[in-house]
Amino acid sequence: MSSTSSSQMGQLVADKHVRYILMAEKKKESFESVVMDHLRMNGAYWGLTTLDLLDKLGCVSEDEVVSWLMTCQHESGGFAGNTGHDPHILYTLSAVQILALFDKINILDIGKVSSYVAKLQNEDGSFSGDMWGEIDTRFSYIAICCLSILKCLDKINVKKAVRYIVSCKNLDGGFGCTPGAESHAGQIFCCVGALAITGSLHHVDKDLLGWWLCERQLKGGGLNGRPEKLPDVCYSWWVLSSLIMIDRVHWIDKAKLVKFILDCQDLENGGISDRPDDAVDIFHTYFGVAGLSLLEYPGVKVIDPAYALPVDVVNRIMFTK
Amino acid sequence: MHGRPRNASKPEEEAASAAKAVQLRSLQSQFMTNHHDKIYTNEAIELSTKLLEINPEAYTAWNYRKLAVEDRLARIEPDPNLVSAILDEELRVVESALRQNFKSYGAWHHRKWVLSKGHSSVGNELRLLEKFQKLDSRNFHAWNYRRFVVELTNRSEQDELQYTDDMINNNFSNYSAWHNRSVLLSSLLAQNADGFMPNIKIPEEYDFVHSAIFTEPDDQSGWFYHLWLLDQTLNVETPLLTSSWPSHGSSIILSGAGCLSGSSSMFTTFCSESGSFPLILYFDQAVGGVSSSTVTIDSELKGNEGLVWEPIPNKNSQVSCVWVARLKYVSSDPCEYKVKIRVGNSPGIVSSRGYNFNAPYEFVFTAHVHDTVEDSQEGIVSWTDGFDIWDAKSKDLNSLVTLDRLNAEMDFKWRQEAIDSEVECFGILPDSKIGKLTLARLLMAREAMVSDDAVKGVHYEEILQLYNDLMALDSSHYQYYKDEHSKAFLHKVTSSSESLSRHLLRYRDMNNLVCLRLNNLSLSRIASVEKLLFVQMLDLSHNELHSTEGLEAMQLLSCLNLSHNRIRSFSALDSLRHVKQLKVLDVSHNHIGKHSVDTTRYLCSSPLSNSELGQDDVGKQNPGLVTKYWDAYCVLRDLNLKQLDIAGNEIAGEEFSSFVLQVVPKLVWLDGQKKLGN
Repeated sequence: MSSTSSSQMGQLVADKHVRYILMAEKKKESFESVVMDHLRMNGAYWGLTTLDLLDKLGCVSEDEVVSWLMTCQHESGGFAGNTGHDPHILYTLSAVQILALFDKINILDIGKVSSYVAKLQNEDGSFSGDMWGEIDTRFSYIAICCLSILKCLDKINVKKAVRYIVSCKNLDGGFGCTPGAESHAGQIFCCVGALAITGSLHHVDKDLLGWWLCERQLKGGGLNGRPEKLPDVCYSWWVLSSLIMIDRVHWIDKAKLVKFILDCQDLENGGISDRPDDAVDIFHTYFGVAGLSLLEYPGVKVIDPAYALPVDVVNRIMFTK
Repeated sequence: MHGRPRNASKPEEEAASAAKAVQLRSLQSQFMTNHHDKIYTNEAIELSTKLLEINPEAYTAWNYRKLAVEDRLARIEPDPNLVSAILDEELRVVESALRQNFKSYGAWHHRKWVLSKGHSSVGNELRLLEKFQKLDSRNFHAWNYRRFVVELTNRSEQDELQYTDDMINNNFSNYSAWHNRSVLLSSLLAQNADGFMPNIKIPEEYDFVHSAIFTEPDDQSGWFYHLWLLDQTLNVETPLLTSSWPSHGSSIILSGAGCLSGSSSMFTTFCSESGSFPLILYFDQAVGGVSSSTVTIDSELKGNEGLVWEPIPNKNSQVSCVWVARLKYVSSDPCEYKVKIRVGNSPGIVSSRGYNFNAPYEFVFTAHVHDTVEDSQEGIVSWTDGFDIWDAKSKDLNSLVTLDRLNAEMDFKWRQEAIDSEVECFGILPDSKIGKLTLARLLMAREAMVSDDAVKGVHYEEILQLYNDLMALDSSHYQYYKDEHSKAFLHKVTSSSESLSRHLLRYRDMNNLVCLRLNNLSLSRIASVEKLLFVQMLDLSHNELHSTEGLEAMQLLSCLNLSHNRIRSFSALDSLRHVKQLKVLDVSHNHIGKHSVDTTRYLCSSPLSNSELGQDDVGKQNPGLVTKYWDAYCVLRDLNLKQLDIAGNEIAGEEFSSFVLQVVPKLVWLDGQKKLGN
């Protein structure tokens, strides 16, 4: 009955995950799905990126996805989580990332989208999520990543943006959501990613942060997000990509982490969960596969640790004028 | 999404779920209509309440409520009671939503939004926080909200510090409380607040954190706090000059690019085509403001007014530990010059944390300028033949050991006592990971504070043994302990002239270049570079290095051997771009091109981190190859290599070799074969 007993073999059941993602897209009427209606844009990004990493992006209808995606754009230029919802920076990045996967960024009015994002920068360099003013370093990363993909970073004050992020640096070397907030692997990924994209990683104490991050690996091989918490597959992305960006990934045991991620698969129905034997979802399926990509697992395309998109997609965008 | 068991759902469950879904769908669609039609009746608002109580993550509903509140406030009389009623209802809805999901960003932000309208009392908010802290003392939303309330109501840092006291005494395994404590204490110490002098407070905090560490050594809550205390104990805020090249009291020989006959084996000889030599300043922390007004040069070497100082390696930032200026000399004008450097001549050198370099430091060296005799030879440089033993009477090493830190500091005593006391405590802790790691760090700290040559280096054997123990005890983090072991090992090698000279040689064929041999030592990490600024030839072959991070300060380096290491890409060699003297580089038999994941991709400048790739002839003629080998291109084009070895790497081959020859047209030797220049 337990699906983990056969994972002694340790294998990625890629086809099952592909099927799980394609099915989830169709099963829109379960309670779990309706309750997450408002973040469908994120869900689409997670699902589609996973498919691309497994070289199965061709399984979806690009036209269907893109036409639905454009219905989520607001007159302000920002994107909502789903049709009819309000725009927010979170979904604007996911929309741009999805279009990048399909090499369709050119269908956007880039000026409009980038203006929406740029206007969300505050006087102190921080970014709000939307017009209602919630401030969080997650939004700093999102703005910087989005504008970099759109080649419009000069629309914001990068120096101030970096200064704000550095003001969120903690004494343990990590970063929080606002100045003084506790270090958390998710926030660390956002801050390190933003600093990476703006060529500002010299602000990071790589040894200090590297130690804090490598201590996320627990005896079972999984990673947690901060001290004394349970391991979770999503940290295989946030901790791992941060370690890679600061060149300290050799401080964890990669083989043990691979085994932990594989143990979180539902070998029968596909999908990956936060912990072995828990319920699967798209979120963790994406982070599990992305983590395996960074661990150089065979059969998975390489993902870029800062842009969270396949390297071939990022290179295509960033290396052409 | 988290922590739900994986169970195949039974038909009854699926039916129930489908029914709930239909209900929620209907609620959502009705809500959307109200939102788009801007309907803010009591009924409509009540609908949004129902929606948020089921699904606090429906962010559009929180936006709607804000619009509804603004609409209502605009319609009513400015009666405080009416306003209260409206805002109280919002607070009630937030609390209700939080009970459903106390990690909802939307709910917490809505509460902040309401409070920013000047409503509710501190008492109320702190009571609410109390409730949530009891449910989950690590809930960072609650801690953030607490900081928000504290700021809004101007609660004192001392009171908040007492709160962390209470939380920790209640349960020491509370990283969030320790974190908050470090933030508050940091601020109070920086302000020199009443009763917060570091020499008294820090030792008190050591005692406090021992409760967390010694009761449950596997619990990480106190570890990082202890490390912070150690940092507070060791690190003097005012920046200090750690070392320089040339160093005080030394003599150097300068010449043109060619050979000298009968060159000295007693002094360092520096040959330069450009007629300038580097003056290197190495500080103990990143500083800015090093310029020709804050650092003065007093000498008869002509043409050195208004020197330009450059931070290495970051041109982006204006701060760095390492600063370099190039002093000009004319080799056809042989003479002996005394050069006096005064660092901090005028105020302006400031650390990145805002502390001034306040005690001016002066050092003097002698430069003997010699005429070049022969043309420079293009013979291949060997790493095995042509070496002479280091002369024990060599004048250079007298001044090679780093300048001592200003031990006369008035508050040095408490620091030393604190370290000694901690060493005693951790010495008797049973064999735990954190016990051994902390002891190793404390002993390294003690070593850093020792100035008496007789006692220097005493602790290193114990430190190295501790790291060996840790590699076995905590194998998941093996490489972390390995790196620390390499660092300690290099500190040991460079701790005295005697131990350092065991690794030094002279390379006869190139004016007796100073050569440091550190091959076959299992080194996984470079360290102590500040003590090695005088090195001109460095053999790091047959080690476990995967990056050249740190080598950028070695401005005299003209020959570097990194063969048989674990270098994975040219981006890992990015720091070498700043070593303009480099002529000979051996990276053969590494892992370049073997791995798909590049771990130094963002630690060098490239289009990915929004620095221009720059257009030159090579770029224009071969855009495809430049993109394919972008990191090799960035590193090699900034150097003037004469000799390069790349064989034994997956990237090596005809295509890459011919690309290299285009990027480095002056290359004479490639993989041991002589190439003819263009």
